[in-house]
Amino acid sequence: MLKPLKPHPEKLWLTRARRALHYGDRPWQGLLVVISALVIVLMLAIGGLLWFKSAGARSAFGWSFLTPTANPNWDPVNDLFQAWPFLYGTLETSLFAILFALPIGIGIAIFLAELCPSWLRIPLNWSVELLAAIPSVVYGLWGIFVFLPRVVAPFGVFLGETLGQIPVVNALFAGPIPASGSSRLAASLILTIMIIPTISAVARDVFLAIPVAQREASKALGATEWETIWQVLIPYGRSGILGAVILGLGRALGETMAVTMVIGNSIQGGASLLFPGYTMASIIANEFAEAVSQLHTDALIEIGLILFILTLLLNILARFLVWQVARQMPQEARS
Amino acid sequence: MAMKMEISKSVFKPTVEGDNRTKVDIKGLSVYYGKFRALADINLSVHEKRITAIIGPSGCGKSTLLRSFNRMNDLTPGCRMEGEIYLDGENVLSSGMDVVNVRRRVGMVFQRPNPFPKSIFDNVAYGPRLYGIHNRSDLESIVEHSLKSSALWNEVKDKLNQSGLSISGGQQQRLCIARALAVEPEVILMDEPASALDPISTLKIEELMQELKKDYTIVIVTHNMQQAARVSDFTAMMMIDEARAGRMIEYDATNTIFTRPKDRRTEDYVTGRFG
Amino acid sequence: MSNFSELMNRNRVRWARQRKIANAVMLTLTGLVTVLALIPLFWIIGYVIIQGGQNINLDFFIHMPTPLGVAGGGVLSAIEGTLVVTFLAAIFAIPPGVLAAFYAARYPSTPLGVALRFSTDVLSGVPSIVVGLFAYAVIVVPMRHYSGLAGGAALAVLMLPTIIRTTEEMLKLVPGTLREASLGLGAPEWKTSLSVLFPAASSGIITGFLLALARASGETAPLLMTALGNERFDIAQIIRSGIQSHMNVFQVFWRIINQPVDSLPLALWKYAQQPYPERVKLAWAVALVLVLFVLIINVSSRVWIQNRSRRMKG
Repeated sequence: MLKPLKPHPEKLWLTRARRALHYGDRPWQGLLVVISALVIVLMLAIGGLLWFKSAGARSAFGWSFLTPTANPNWDPVNDLFQAWPFLYGTLETSLFAILFALPIGIGIAIFLAELCPSWLRIPLNWSVELLAAIPSVVYGLWGIFVFLPRVVAPFGVFLGETLGQIPVVNALFAGPIPASGSSRLAASLILTIMIIPTISAVARDVFLAIPVAQREASKALGATEWETIWQVLIPYGRSGILGAVILGLGRALGETMAVTMVIGNSIQGGASLLFPGYTMASIIANEFAEAVSQLHTDALIEIGLILFILTLLLNILARFLVWQVARQMPQEARS
Repeated sequence: MAMKMEISKSVFKPTVEGDNRTKVDIKGLSVYYGKFRALADINLSVHEKRITAIIGPSGCGKSTLLRSFNRMNDLTPGCRMEGEIYLDGENVLSSGMDVVNVRRRVGMVFQRPNPFPKSIFDNVAYGPRLYGIHNRSDLESIVEHSLKSSALWNEVKDKLNQSGLSISGGQQQRLCIARALAVEPEVILMDEPASALDPISTLKIEELMQELKKDYTIVIVTHNMQQAARVSDFTAMMMIDEARAGRMIEYDATNTIFTRPKDRRTEDYVTGRFG
Repeated sequence: MSNFSELMNRNRVRWARQRKIANAVMLTLTGLVTVLALIPLFWIIGYVIIQGGQNINLDFFIHMPTPLGVAGGGVLSAIEGTLVVTFLAAIFAIPPGVLAAFYAARYPSTPLGVALRFSTDVLSGVPSIVVGLFAYAVIVVPMRHYSGLAGGAALAVLMLPTIIRTTEEMLKLVPGTLREASLGLGAPEWKTSLSVLFPAASSGIITGFLLALARASGETAPLLMTALGNERFDIAQIIRSGIQSHMNVFQVFWRIINQPVDSLPLALWKYAQQPYPERVKLAWAVALVLVLFVLIINVSSRVWIQNRSRRMKG
């Protein structure tokens, strides 16, 4: 009968050393888990804190804080707060920014993904990304002293005299724009510039991910380059493009400094793009450090809570889209 | 260059065995990718309404040659073509040639089915719509006709609105064939059309080709010699030379190539001594 | 056969020309739009360089702000403040960020891993001003005063998602075989991570830090309600008085971070809105510093990445 092979006996010091080394594993794992949990707690804490610290304002005003009104109150002295003008300002400027930035961003993405000669590709990609790296305050500074007087003010005058005269449409374009150019239009245009890199980077990646076979199929049928892009590639990538839009929208909602510096900071109201206005981010930026009362502070925090919820929802929507796109892909491989 | 008048399909010369008109005439074609010469001095006369197979070992440039017919090589950056390719007497490679129209006249079916993520109807109607046909009933008749010609109509006629991706691989390939047929090409190029499919789908495609050759000139690239022998009327044998450029070794009736090849290398290849 | 041929032949030549024209027009349009989008980039950078360049001098960098009308003022307090907050942000954000990334790269599909990835996504979308509110509630209120500490914490929260994401991606790029080789040699998990994986991914990770820092140093909104701004912030003076009062290093350090501090973006924000031309000139000079800083970090880190990937490809 064969004797079973004995395992080679280890030296004692080697065993002890190995065991000592491996002792590091448990604390290491533990550390990783704790830190990861902390990150998750951080996210919850932000939401939770905003919720609790705004309690005063929420109980004082309830839903009337948010409902649209023609004559909103924002009266720190008398503790009367309604956030509708800020909500409206944020939505109007962000939505117009998306309206302008979407075609431009997609155009850039198409150019970079499909048409750009290879030597130009890297410098162009960098340049577009650099647009996103410039600090918001610098955008604001340039906005106040260069962009507004030279571009926005004349453009605003033009809009006021054309679209502002057409009934129905002129609700949004009633002039006149202030001489300085400070207006929601200014904010929309600066936001447009700031979110173009976001939209174009995501859209470009979407186009690059579309299989070459789709382009070949279209071209082989005699389609031109543009027909291929418009009728095959864009429909193919529409979920991804939507994701790019959502990301851009999220960025626009939260943008503070540049917007505050050019929007005119006035509660006056009126729906027109050409009037000065306020956004949720900019009212917080302007008034928080000098808030007059606890209720004032609470109201501003409640506005922060709304911003948080809005961007959270957009985030979830974007993730859902990504999940959908991932589901669509494997169908290619079926046989 | 002025466009010649289209040959109307209703004037249809009955084929007589041995009466082989030249549809595509390739003279002295060389294809370069940058400095590398992928094809050298290809001469080939493709006969009208016949099936011509291009065979040869892997990497000998069969697909490159096929893609020259409809200038799909243009899509590869750095690709340059020398020589002439005459489609009904007009040089496809000349600079004044309208590539878009060439691609309509010379259709292509790819190795892997690549339907668009649109409905079956919209896949087939894609080509006609490009050419300005928008009337719904016109499109419907074109779609029906094309799907019947590619032997897919009965299987999908009730689900034309479903996605082109929802059908099986073999059906997707026939959808791609229908899509190519919808713009009424004169030549159909097939790049290993059945290599990604199961044997039954492969058989269906081969039967389809026999039907299609009544109306279209077909050129097929295949690495499957039995398929070439079964399906084609003429066969062209390619191989790479010492400079790794693809060359045409022999071109003859399929029967001749497979039973009495003239070139030693062809004989070695078809009898399986290598490749 | 033939609906198609007849239908098509009817207006073939005119149709073909229309398609060609449409194609050329639309493709040109995409190129034009790209140029259009880049105009603001060059416009801003150009203007900042010209305007800022005119107003920048040595005084700018080494002097504290002077009252209006007195020449020779600078933004030293803002520069020092920026350094303090950014330094704090880096300390608060980098270690947890890297560790969390190790977990996310190693265990992406556990419940904790999924939740971690979700949280990172959410955090990266939180507007910077909301983060400022958070830091206000968590640090400023209990301490009852504004401080550089709170500012650093707010910036850290902003940097954290970027650091986690970049580190995770870089770790994932390290070939799995490297890790297996290390474990196969008997090295424990933690040593593998620290001595093998981290160095292999380090250049990418460091680039990630730098980019996140560059972003954080340009942030203003969260500092409005945390660091607040402080034109009298003078580290040299704090150190001097600390030495005189026989304080130790920690106490001096604490004094530095425990008070409101200024920062370059805050200074820019303040000066841009003042009606005095000298202040506006200062604002342009600050903008120049910020833009140059951001440009240098962005361009050099990209060049570094390019070089690295070129070297790795052999």
